[in-house]
Amino acid sequence: MGNIQSISYFLPELMVIATVVVALIADLVYSDRNSYKVGYLVIAGLVVASFTLWLSLPEETTPIFLNTIVVDPFSRIFKFVFLLATFIVVLMSMNSDELKGVRTGEYYTLMAAMVLGMSLMASSVDLIMVYLSIEIVSIISFILAGYLRAQVRSNEAALKYVIYGAFSSGLMLYGLSLLYGLTGTTKLFQLSGSISSLGPGSNLTLTVSTILMLAGFGYKVAIVPFHFWTPDVYEGAPTPVTAYLSVAPKAAGFALLIRFFNTLFGTGQPLNSPVWQAMEGVPWQDILMVLAAVTMTVGNLVAIQQKNIKRLLAYSSIAHAGYILMGVPVLSQEGVYAIVFYIIVYLFMQLGAFSLAIVVSNRYGTEIIEEYSGIGWKSPYLGFFMAVFMFSLTGIPPTAGFIGKMYLFAALINGGSQFYWLAIIGVLNSVISLYYYMRVVKVMYFQGGREKDLYVPGGMSAAIVLAMAIPSIYFGVRWSFLADWVNSSLKFFIAGF
Amino acid sequence: MVDLNTYLVIGALLFSLGIFGVITRRNGVAVLMGVELILNAANVNFVAFARFGGMDLSGHIFSLFVIILAAAEAAVALAIILNIYNNMGTINIDEADQLKQ
Repeated sequence: MGNIQSISYFLPELMVIATVVVALIADLVYSDRNSYKVGYLVIAGLVVASFTLWLSLPEETTPIFLNTIVVDPFSRIFKFVFLLATFIVVLMSMNSDELKGVRTGEYYTLMAAMVLGMSLMASSVDLIMVYLSIEIVSIISFILAGYLRAQVRSNEAALKYVIYGAFSSGLMLYGLSLLYGLTGTTKLFQLSGSISSLGPGSNLTLTVSTILMLAGFGYKVAIVPFHFWTPDVYEGAPTPVTAYLSVAPKAAGFALLIRFFNTLFGTGQPLNSPVWQAMEGVPWQDILMVLAAVTMTVGNLVAIQQKNIKRLLAYSSIAHAGYILMGVPVLSQEGVYAIVFYIIVYLFMQLGAFSLAIVVSNRYGTEIIEEYSGIGWKSPYLGFFMAVFMFSLTGIPPTAGFIGKMYLFAALINGGSQFYWLAIIGVLNSVISLYYYMRVVKVMYFQGGREKDLYVPGGMSAAIVLAMAIPSIYFGVRWSFLADWVNSSLKFFIAGF
Repeated sequence: MVDLNTYLVIGALLFSLGIFGVITRRNGVAVLMGVELILNAANVNFVAFARFGGMDLSGHIFSLFVIILAAAEAAVALAIILNIYNNMGTINIDEADQLKQ
């Protein structure tokens, strides 16, 4: 479809772009003291964008802008995830003490711009657009991680992020160039046909290219062995940014990974067909399975030793990337269904845990887990909800995390006997993760004095925590609404054109 | 005779040198130069494939996009390194180790 006709399909993104422009101009007008008000503009813009997204109901896959991106139910559900995550993180940032005294106008503007990049990631079907969208998100992430310019910690996080990020996107780009050389096209759908007509002589090049591209995607979603930046960046960046990086770009990376691998190495059939065939010759299914197993094991084992709550959540987010990655090599609709479901659930519990970490850091001035001692008694509100998020991240019923894990394991078991070992490793890892998640709860309730100051955080912080906790529990008891929505979003996934 | 293979070999060499630079250099700016070599290796590949492979223009367009994005990335990366220098007085990436492994 041509550029002019495409615009009507692009309305939600246009709203985001308009938000960015308005926010930039407003930031010029506001003085330093009032710069934070840009955040309200961004929130308003995100609400409008969500509304236009809600009104757009793509019946089928519609390629727009000269077949570089598609509008389909699959990208729509991910766009909701990005908008929701950004909305929550902007609210969290307004209530964070770390960002007080810094000019935050650009900060909120950049977050809005990142929504655009992530939306493009979730919907791109052209290699140029894949690279472009990944770079939009990456470059903005570098700036956000180093936003506290006066803090050495934040500088260092940004430095490590930019070096790893630029390096892995370079590797990915080289892989893309090999892929282009093999097939002569940058369009994902045509690539799929060209690859299946290649002879076995190209298998080595294709494998090298796949591994190099995995480096780029793997860095975005932080899977082992491309995860080295994660703990340092997550610890050094401002906490709201850490919360954001651990949810939104990760979801975007998985959207891209699923679409890319499914289109490229699947049969090119719509997702409704029960099982996609893996491309013969390239062992990418095995590669992904091994990566998933290694990722969750490393994430969980290293998380046990962590003393800083942000580092703990960083390693736990690596482990969760491993769980989510389990669903990719299954190559079934059920697998993708489980992934999307898990990402939505993960958004609530991870952002909830981070919002509590911010409240604790604002009130008690610590990020060290041992210094959380007695908080469960001092502030029952914080203690109770931290326990809820930790239970949910572990996957204990009746929380949403349990249902998410259940769908993932069910997809693996139904996928066939070659996935059983992966499911077993996944279950073992859930048991390991129980240890360090429960340690946080143990420190809060069973260590230190039991004096009470009955602290309840101020209005907005309390509301964010509550707004994250309710879905974390509710979707563990009644998840049919979410399940239906996710299910409807998988239709007409990659119908060729 | 300059043909596709010559360009691919040059691309592969640049790629290897870039990785070597990123791994061995400790100076932040030198590491970035290694990254630029990797990006340019991919650029050489793209243009060579488009020129000799009888393919469409998308290879040329891709390399244009890469050049633009590399410039944007370098701008942000240099700003971050400058900031590190202002705060720590060094751009040796080994000395940026306040965050514990």
